[in-house]
Amino acid sequence: MVGFERVVAKNINLDKMINPHNSKAKVYWKKNIRIVLSLLAVWFFVSFGMGILFVDDLDNFRFFGFKLGFWMAQQGSIFCFVILIFIYVYRMNKLDHQYDMDEDQDNFVPDDNYHPDKESQE
Amino acid sequence: MDVQVLTFIFVGATFALYIAIAIWSRAGNTDDFYVAGGGVSPLANGMATAADWMSAASFISMAGIISFVGRDGSVYLMGWTGGYVLLALLLAPYLRKFGKYTVPDFVGDRYYSNIARIVAVVCVLFVSFTYVAGQMRGVGIVFSRFLEVEITTGVLIGMTIVFFYAVLGGMKGITYTQVAQYCVLIFAFLVPAIFISMMMTGNPVPQIGFGSTLADGSNVYLLDKLDQLSVDLGFGAYTEGNKSTIDIFFITAALMVGTAGLPHVIVRFFTVPKVRDARISAGYALLFIALLYTAAPAVASFARVNLIETVENAEYKQTPSWFKNWENTNLIAWVDKNQDGKIQYFAGKAFSGKPKFLGMRGSEGERKVENTPTDNSNELYIDRDIMVLANPEIAGLPNWVIALVAAGGLAAALSTAAGLLLVISTSVSHDLLKKIFLKDITDRQELFFARVSAALAIVIAGYFGIYPPGFVAQVVAFAFGLAAASFFPIIVMGIFSKRMNKEGAISGMITGLFFTASYIIYFKFINPSANSAENWWLGISPEGIGTLGMLFNFIVSNLVSRITAPPPKEIQELVDEIRIPRGAGASYHHIKS
Repeated sequence: MVGFERVVAKNINLDKMINPHNSKAKVYWKKNIRIVLSLLAVWFFVSFGMGILFVDDLDNFRFFGFKLGFWMAQQGSIFCFVILIFIYVYRMNKLDHQYDMDEDQDNFVPDDNYHPDKESQE
Repeated sequence: MDVQVLTFIFVGATFALYIAIAIWSRAGNTDDFYVAGGGVSPLANGMATAADWMSAASFISMAGIISFVGRDGSVYLMGWTGGYVLLALLLAPYLRKFGKYTVPDFVGDRYYSNIARIVAVVCVLFVSFTYVAGQMRGVGIVFSRFLEVEITTGVLIGMTIVFFYAVLGGMKGITYTQVAQYCVLIFAFLVPAIFISMMMTGNPVPQIGFGSTLADGSNVYLLDKLDQLSVDLGFGAYTEGNKSTIDIFFITAALMVGTAGLPHVIVRFFTVPKVRDARISAGYALLFIALLYTAAPAVASFARVNLIETVENAEYKQTPSWFKNWENTNLIAWVDKNQDGKIQYFAGKAFSGKPKFLGMRGSEGERKVENTPTDNSNELYIDRDIMVLANPEIAGLPNWVIALVAAGGLAAALSTAAGLLLVISTSVSHDLLKKIFLKDITDRQELFFARVSAALAIVIAGYFGIYPPGFVAQVVAFAFGLAAASFFPIIVMGIFSKRMNKEGAISGMITGLFFTASYIIYFKFINPSANSAENWWLGISPEGIGTLGMLFNFIVSNLVSRITAPPPKEIQELVDEIRIPRGAGASYHHIKS
């Protein structure tokens, strides 16, 4: 990664449990953005594209008893939305795990003596 | 058994359940009251979010509207579901990581400014009050139709129930009653839908029956039949649209973005333990919502076919009892223009405005109206809202199904009302008192103020329910438009841009608000006669203008933030912090201290 050393050198707080300012976090964030943008492109295409902009063209095709455009506008796009969120959840959980950003080590019950600033796990 | 007795039993049983849950889940501190202690399971939160979101409008009105406008109804179907994709991908996980109680909390902290916080509080209060008034009215209408009590009595009963679990239990009570209310409302919506789908198409799944052939042996697809019927009566094909593409585009976008920016929905994602839970519970929420939203267009088309076949050219004296029942509640009216004793139903209005009944009966026994008939040949006025409520009667379903629909309508209205009331009380006790005016109150005092403001909000909402201001229907466009033009852009920028500063956010929010509000006020209040496509800017109706307001907000906030100083270092670190899930437990702890 370009600028890896520079970013690491700038980090002073290495003993913190997590350090969101380091380059691993930056790569993680970039990949996160890529996942979000690709899913939003599909989101836009199935609703605004198929359900609105091209709805009359798609109506020339039949989908069972529906005109395809009408079906996308009233039902199909909603199914796609649900699937999109579950894909997002799956891909983000995987990404979190890959970059060690997940919350699996967060399984503690905070008590009154707990101070997040003094935390030094790992 | 009699419908009324059954309705009393169903409504009584569900209300008893809600009260029992309220007693079981009392709130002990502000944390319980605001975010249910942050310990709600994602599945429960998904159900609660679905009930929170699906209001009287979704349950009672939406299928009815679609039934009358056909394909154009897709703005609601896509608009009110597509917003969850934005919510799940752009907002929920990050706001959960931020870990505060309210939307103004995020706006105030991220933009290190009490002005931004106050602007946000004002928007929250406006949006929520607009919305809640309609819910209370919905409660009153269901009571008056099914239990034959006064609308006022109905509203008072609804207020008492909400008072009980919202004031006592706060978010904790509301969450678990909403789970129960979701189960009641989805059951109540799907049971009649399944029955009617079976009767009309032979397929028990309404979502599939929608695209199947009719069960009458004609082998014609339901929708083709409906197109035919609509064209014959002069309505235009059901599966074709009337609105312009640009308007449909902008309205859908405003509803989607508005949904993602609605405070009572966002706040639900503060109640789960982890970032990962916030993501998956957005998925569950949309799945639960989709069960109703994919059945609604099917119900709309079944109801439309049924209605046309029952009333068109039927003799008034032979009409089934539901027709006369709804006529008695002022929602159906018939003027026998050609004096043939039969109902002619065509496109166009039978007379101008809502029916004003004269209190006497015509020669056929119909209730006479004083409205002047129009010169088209349509003789029938039908209020769109009755389609879902009357559907089981129109289809001749058993009495217990009708009673179930009443209980479902109440569950939908009460669950949304409670969620909104909580947001209102939190904005007052937390955002205004604790954060700005009375900074050194204790947790106990804050909880007390939260309860008092919840109680006050219920009284105000009830008042609006009993004496609905004429503008309620007009301002629904406001709620979504303002949420879209104010909150959504600055929350998204607050997460995805480290450079966004308070100057940018405040000027963006004000631009979006000012632009959207003035456009809507002009066309809805100042010059309503000009409210038609040829006068709209770029052909965008007031319902869709929030989308443009949102774009202006994005543009202005980015320009202003570029020419002013970047946000302080600790704010940039806060942004880094909310972008990664790890440590959500810590940020949860942080809010307690």
